[in-house]
Amino acid sequence: MQAVDAHGHDHAHDHAPSGIMRYVTTTNHKDIGTLYLWFSFAMFLVGGAMALTIRAELFQPGLQVVNPDFFNQMTTLHGLIMVFGAIMPAFVGFANWQIPMMIGAPDMAFPRMNNWSFWLLPPAALLLIISMLVPGGSAAAGWTLYPPLTVQHGMGMDLVIFAIHILGMSSIMGSINIITTILNMRAPGMTLMKMPLFVWTWLITAYLLIAVMPVLAGAVTMTLTDRHFGTHFFNAAGGGDPVLFQHIFWFFGHPEVYVIAIPAFGVVSQVLPAFSRKPLFGYTSMVYATASIAILSFLVWAHHMYTVGMPVEAQLYYMFATMLIAVPTGVKVFNWVATMWKGSLSFETPMLFAIGFLFLFTLGGFTCLVLARSPVDAQLHVTYYLVAPVHYVMVAGALFAAFAGVYFWLPKWIGKMYDETLGQWHFWLSMIFFNVTFFVQHFLGLAGMPRRIPDYALQFADFNMISSIGAFGFGLSQLLFLYILLKAIRSGEKAPERPWEGADTLEWTHLPTPAPYHSFETAPTVK
Amino acid sequence: MNPKLQARNRILLRKLSIVAIGMFGFGFALVPLYEKICQVTGINQVVKADTTVVSTQVDKSRLLTIEFDSNSRGEVGWKLEPLERKRPVHPGELIQVVYELKNPTATTVAGQAIPSYGPQIAGRYVKKLDCFCFSQQEIRAGETRQLPVAFVIDPDLPDEVHTVTLSYTMFEVGGTRREAALPAPKG
Repeated sequence: MQAVDAHGHDHAHDHAPSGIMRYVTTTNHKDIGTLYLWFSFAMFLVGGAMALTIRAELFQPGLQVVNPDFFNQMTTLHGLIMVFGAIMPAFVGFANWQIPMMIGAPDMAFPRMNNWSFWLLPPAALLLIISMLVPGGSAAAGWTLYPPLTVQHGMGMDLVIFAIHILGMSSIMGSINIITTILNMRAPGMTLMKMPLFVWTWLITAYLLIAVMPVLAGAVTMTLTDRHFGTHFFNAAGGGDPVLFQHIFWFFGHPEVYVIAIPAFGVVSQVLPAFSRKPLFGYTSMVYATASIAILSFLVWAHHMYTVGMPVEAQLYYMFATMLIAVPTGVKVFNWVATMWKGSLSFETPMLFAIGFLFLFTLGGFTCLVLARSPVDAQLHVTYYLVAPVHYVMVAGALFAAFAGVYFWLPKWIGKMYDETLGQWHFWLSMIFFNVTFFVQHFLGLAGMPRRIPDYALQFADFNMISSIGAFGFGLSQLLFLYILLKAIRSGEKAPERPWEGADTLEWTHLPTPAPYHSFETAPTVK
Repeated sequence: MNPKLQARNRILLRKLSIVAIGMFGFGFALVPLYEKICQVTGINQVVKADTTVVSTQVDKSRLLTIEFDSNSRGEVGWKLEPLERKRPVHPGELIQVVYELKNPTATTVAGQAIPSYGPQIAGRYVKKLDCFCFSQQEIRAGETRQLPVAFVIDPDLPDEVHTVTLSYTMFEVGGTRREAALPAPKG
């Protein structure tokens, strides 16, 4: 193993102001990564509180906790905040920390733009939260923002639209930064096909983001002009068509699913080999599978809207095209399993979360595949059978992968170990409560319970109660995660130089632990 | 960072920004694109006469109920009503029905009626030969107008459909409302 070269000039260029101004003015990719990660965790707690409001209301039939209008705002904001405020910034945080270190670059390509991409996020989050306080409340049409409701809604909707504009700008700038860093700033010898898979997944994700975030910005801009400037894109009274919005939205929305999932694939593809002590099985096929998932994601958008009255031919096309995505996804799942096959496995917390991801993401993928069939979807559309798979993919998929990544890289980031026992507790509590919350929702959906409704028929009462208990358990388990993080930062044991002997990317082999503030100012040579 | 790399980064930044701006435009380009697709494929063309002449063979063995319905959107204050609510018909038979549009307000306003069908599947079997929904209606203050529809139910209508509802929704054409400056309707 190559000796870790201590960068003697660690603090030589470090003239940054201290305290809060350090973070406001920072252009360092590690600082910005940290900011992204803390921001996303804060948003995760806010979005989680909204989810718990929803589950508290659904604990029993009837209306007890909130009024229906506020309930609708909660479902809408929970979706928007979790997608745009929690999951996406979390993976951008990973990208900021890891990509320069994994490809041997000193920093991101545009450090100042990087600072700007992050600092656009807090105002956007503030707009989303303030939108609840204006007359009429926040958007209440679901996170998909379908007209006509969004055209008729009060000024809270305008704030949500502006928040989406800002979040979109932030994502696009972040993506441009990531692509440029990856394409132009790799260490000598690091060819594209030698890049760690996490870097590959982010390269593909960043291209997806540049392609689809502007389309979403266009869609909400049309909603805005319909609301205030007399256009009739979606307003039926003026000859517009609400279904048009759905087409434009889902042209963004389906690739967005992969914007969230693909970086998660990347994290898992780093963690599984490290704890199996084997190289990733089928690296090349992994790259091609990821790319084909990304390309296919542009061709299947209307499977989110089978019930708008499409011709049968169109339904058949979208149905088969959607099922085709299961092929590259299957390649990935088989490769992950083959990576573990006959490996020398150990089950530290990152590995547990990665296996949890593999297990539950595959399960969610299968139930999504059930919905891909248009005759089945016609029955299950807008029921809890949709809510369950979405959360299997977003929570057990993306969020578990993010947890795996945090536990995996935390020693490198802060030079201290987390408490392994508590980490395992966090995993098992999350795993159990997650399934208690969402598995029963499959049954609710099959029995016909509609989503986004604050009240329900009595026969759904038991499963809803179970689901709500699970949700509160899951939410509280995440406070344990916060405690684990704080404990590691304050009083964690000093991490060894190579805490995971199976991890072999540049940040582990060429940098000391913790990673110095400035790394790879002279690029390493990759053989 | 060396200047050569910086220049290469800037070029890529410019290219990727152009892609992003282009995709913003693409979002808007989807609007006319979908309109064109719908025109070419005949999807959602509800306010045009059906040119495919259906067989005039009347299926006497089958009796359907046609229900007539109407709605008005917005705050115009006009009223669209069918003169009859339901009628038993045979498939293939030519059906004529009259709707009445009343404008009791003091403004002249133009509107467009948009048809819809229940059950959804019946839509494509209702062959409209003539309909007031093919053109906009400008109705003066205080005017009452009778609006005819002529259509045929295609005998291929699936057997399980026994009742077809034809419903019109009256939409105001944007910005056409004006105070009654025109002379009152004659007769």
